[in-house]
Amino acid sequence: MKLTLKIWRQAGASDKGALKTYELDGVSQDMSFLEMLDLLNEQLLHNNEEPVAFDSDCREGICGMCSLMINGEAHGPEVTTTCQLHMRSFKDGDTITIEPWRASSFPIVKDLIVDRSAFDRIIQNGGYISAGTGSAPEANSVPAPRDKAMRAFNTATCIGCGACVAACPNGSASLFLGAKITHLGELPQGQPERYSRVQSMVGQHDAEGFGGCTNIGECASACPKEIPLDVISQLNKDLRKSMILG
Amino acid sequence: MAAGTHYLPGLTPTNEASVQKSDDAAGYYVLGDKLVDAKAPTGPIAERWTTRKFENRLVNPANRRKLDVIIVGTGLAGGAAAATLGEAGYNVKSFCYQDSPRRAHSIAAQGGINASKNYKGDGDSDYRLFYDTVKGGDYRSRESNVYRLAEVSTNIIDQCVAQGVPFAREYGGLLDNRSFGGVQVSRTFYARGQTGQQLLLGAYQAMERQVAAGTVEQFTRHEMLDVIIVDEKARGIVARNMVTGEIETHLADAVVLATGGYGNVFYLSTNAMGSNVMAAWRAHRKGAYMANPCYTQIHPTCIPVTGAHQSKLTLMSESLRNDGRIWVPKNAEDCTKDPRDIPEEDRDYFLERIYPAFGNLVPRDIASRSAKYMCDEGRGVGPEVDETQPDGSVKKFRRGVYLDLGAAIERLGKDKIEEKYDNLLDMYERITGENPYEVPMRIYPAVHYVMGGLWVDYELQTSITGLFCTGEANFSDHGANRLGASALMQGLADGYFVLPNTITDYLADGPFEKVDESHPAVVEALDGVKSRVEKLMNINGERSVESIHKELGQIMWEYCGMDRREEGLKTAIGLIRDLKKEFWTNVKVLGSADSLNQDLEKANRVADFIELGELMCIDALNRRESCGGHFRGESQTEEGEALRHDEEFAYVAAWEFGGEDGAPVLHKEDLIYTAIEMKQRSYK
Ligand SMILES: Cc1cc2nc3c(=O)[nH]c(=O)nc-3n(C[C@H](O)[C@H](O)[C@H](O)COP(=O)(O)OP(=O)(O)OC[C@H]3O[C@@H](n4cnc5c(N)ncnc54)[C@H](O)[C@@H]3O)c2cc1C
Ligand code: SF4
Ligand code: FES
Repeated sequence: MKLTLKIWRQAGASDKGALKTYELDGVSQDMSFLEMLDLLNEQLLHNNEEPVAFDSDCREGICGMCSLMINGEAHGPEVTTTCQLHMRSFKDGDTITIEPWRASSFPIVKDLIVDRSAFDRIIQNGGYISAGTGSAPEANSVPAPRDKAMRAFNTATCIGCGACVAACPNGSASLFLGAKITHLGELPQGQPERYSRVQSMVGQHDAEGFGGCTNIGECASACPKEIPLDVISQLNKDLRKSMILG
Repeated sequence: MAAGTHYLPGLTPTNEASVQKSDDAAGYYVLGDKLVDAKAPTGPIAERWTTRKFENRLVNPANRRKLDVIIVGTGLAGGAAAATLGEAGYNVKSFCYQDSPRRAHSIAAQGGINASKNYKGDGDSDYRLFYDTVKGGDYRSRESNVYRLAEVSTNIIDQCVAQGVPFAREYGGLLDNRSFGGVQVSRTFYARGQTGQQLLLGAYQAMERQVAAGTVEQFTRHEMLDVIIVDEKARGIVARNMVTGEIETHLADAVVLATGGYGNVFYLSTNAMGSNVMAAWRAHRKGAYMANPCYTQIHPTCIPVTGAHQSKLTLMSESLRNDGRIWVPKNAEDCTKDPRDIPEEDRDYFLERIYPAFGNLVPRDIASRSAKYMCDEGRGVGPEVDETQPDGSVKKFRRGVYLDLGAAIERLGKDKIEEKYDNLLDMYERITGENPYEVPMRIYPAVHYVMGGLWVDYELQTSITGLFCTGEANFSDHGANRLGASALMQGLADGYFVLPNTITDYLADGPFEKVDESHPAVVEALDGVKSRVEKLMNINGERSVESIHKELGQIMWEYCGMDRREEGLKTAIGLIRDLKKEFWTNVKVLGSADSLNQDLEKANRVADFIELGELMCIDALNRRESCGGHFRGESQTEEGEALRHDEEFAYVAAWEFGGEDGAPVLHKEDLIYTAIEMKQRSYK
């Protein structure tokens, strides 16, 4: 197929940046979206134009590294990661606009690459269970009810991609936050730090400049791992309780 | 006195040291002194690790904060080590090339992690896990290391559960297990198809906790380009800040490489795009031995290549072979037909035909090779792809065989299959656009894991003092083949339990003499990296890095892939040497070195892959036997089974860098067993 690509080019954080248009031929239906960009980059290189910078690593939908706004949608038109989106979702002759995640808490590094280290800092502020190495009790000494363990697992599958933030009109990271709060809060091991955790993680979320949640729900519809919206209710519930507990 | 007893006092060897008679690689290498890993305590195998932990010197908590450790890599091996050493109070500097430690390649592992918990009461034990691992590795690993791995496996599960890793559970809330990788006991712990992700997040979170505590400093989007050696000790690294392009030096008292495997030398593999060999290779060039580089694990059930633009391959869990029948059309003319229109009598269920006893469940290496032979014969299915032959000509191949769930769906019903493989079949459909419930799936083997890596002793120290290596980046635990669910186990064993103990003994020699940025060795390493980057930027040739990497991959796959032979390996070495020249005179890297530049990153990596590729071929050429993932066409039984030659090759091949244009030096470490007896692998 033949495509017209409008791609955000920005040389660096302080550069202004603009959309640039490229024509690309010879795209196969079987290519992943990123392989289509690889093809474009080979073409650019041969024309002595610097290739487009974009993030990817696993290309299997699990590492959370890829991150593109495709025609205004985080990770594009399907509920999946950009690396798992295939060109059969597009038609010959299509024009596709490709931009980086847009959120003030994710500053642009170059072209389509943004800095998501704010997510690491949120985890640093309580996104763990304090378990010292070498002193853990026998694993089966603390049973975890299966339904709770399942919910913990389902929310632990968040890949930290940031699509939820990019999709949210407020630039809130509440879905990411709620996923981790729910994962750890559902497990018996997570109880002792449950309420201090929610306070410090929310504190860091706000300090990073992520917006507040106004229940729009765009995050959950953009989430490639289908993290359910109700993790945000759980987050709010835990937060309220933590206030009462002081 | 039996061979080997001189360095195994008090133990009775069960085998003789091997004596190599064949020498296919004559002229390509130089024979060096034998290596002896005498670091493991001798006594009974079950007590060796306990003995060592007791013998190890300790570092007083107040002194720990004065000791700096650099850990490169944040996968299971590196992330777990950073968390543990940070918690112990050392100053840790952690590096990874991704934007967050949480994205390390360990995250992609699907199947599970083994531990000898014996929760099912099916007779599992540390010894049995040890036995299965040594046997599964075709007796090419070191028994003391493997026993230790089995021994700490249970602690790993305890540790991960305490951290909140959501393993699968039974209704009563206890942990569930499954059997995996053809093992007869249920010892695999799993978190649906995403075990690697959950284990990694556990290690990552523990590490981030230490970042907040100030004991770990994390450097993301930093790539290690060289190791700094001062007075014969590893004292730091040179890294490139991938955002600013700045080449930095970081100094420490010890350096740990936990940088993962080098399967991307084949270009197409199931590894992440950024997986590379640079850290290990740079260390190799500075004196660290590279062991068994030719041992590559090829996984039979991956989604096939669809076209020349494919960038990587995706694994489909091997469990599909339990229910799927594998076939290709009998007649090459049928290869383009809809498989549903090919009648039963025109289908060749080749595994069932050639290996009637095992059928579709033959071992990984046989299943992989057979599929390749069918496609080489022109009976492959799926899209036709151009394969540039190393002589420059282009040939067309279909690289796929059918894995047909039809019969199983008929027998068990669609629901049952859906329940068993749901996630997997969705992923398949997403990638191929075909519905596996209706059309037979297509699969093909792909490079998946490397058993080779930097040589380390029992302490996980390389042949460079103060330089340690853990996880997939070292060679130590899997021999010539890796069993399913054992790489995750090794990563975490090394990271949480082994390295934190052994490195302490080394650090107890501290405080070490201070080294600063102006030390000539530091300046020299820094300048070396800078001039290499400059050189890459100034070649201004015609070819993209990508195209050279692809060409290397084709050579490696063709001649050093599933079936290696003397002629082919020699051809490959010649081709790789030419490709190296081509790279250094004709590669094109645009942009600047002072900013984010993904082509420059790739160029640095591919340059090292080329050199590694040559060594892999030499190693494969030397080893005229088939074992595990290494299949030498000249060494097979009549049924096409791998034929080992213990009397010639029961050794670890540890290669020393022979200089820019010199031949590599082969140091052999005899594999002498005392707790286990070597047997021919048999699956009859
Ligand atoms: C698809 C797939 C499925 C698998 N499934 C299983 C399974 O079910 N069970 C099992 O046991 N094993 C499995 N494996 C194997 C297993 O996942 C890996 O062997 C293991 O995770 C490797 O861990 P590691 O910590 O050694 O390295 P990695 O996780 O690969 O980490 C490497 C780290 O090093 C860093 N790094 C590398 N080079 C540099 C450099 N030059 N500078 C700075 N940083 C660098 C990277 O950023 C990364 O942080 C699977 C592998 C694949 C590919
Ligand atoms: S919640 Fe979903 S969208 Fe947000 S970071 Fe996690 S996986 Fe990505
Ligand atoms: S590249 Fe890993 S999720 Fe897309």
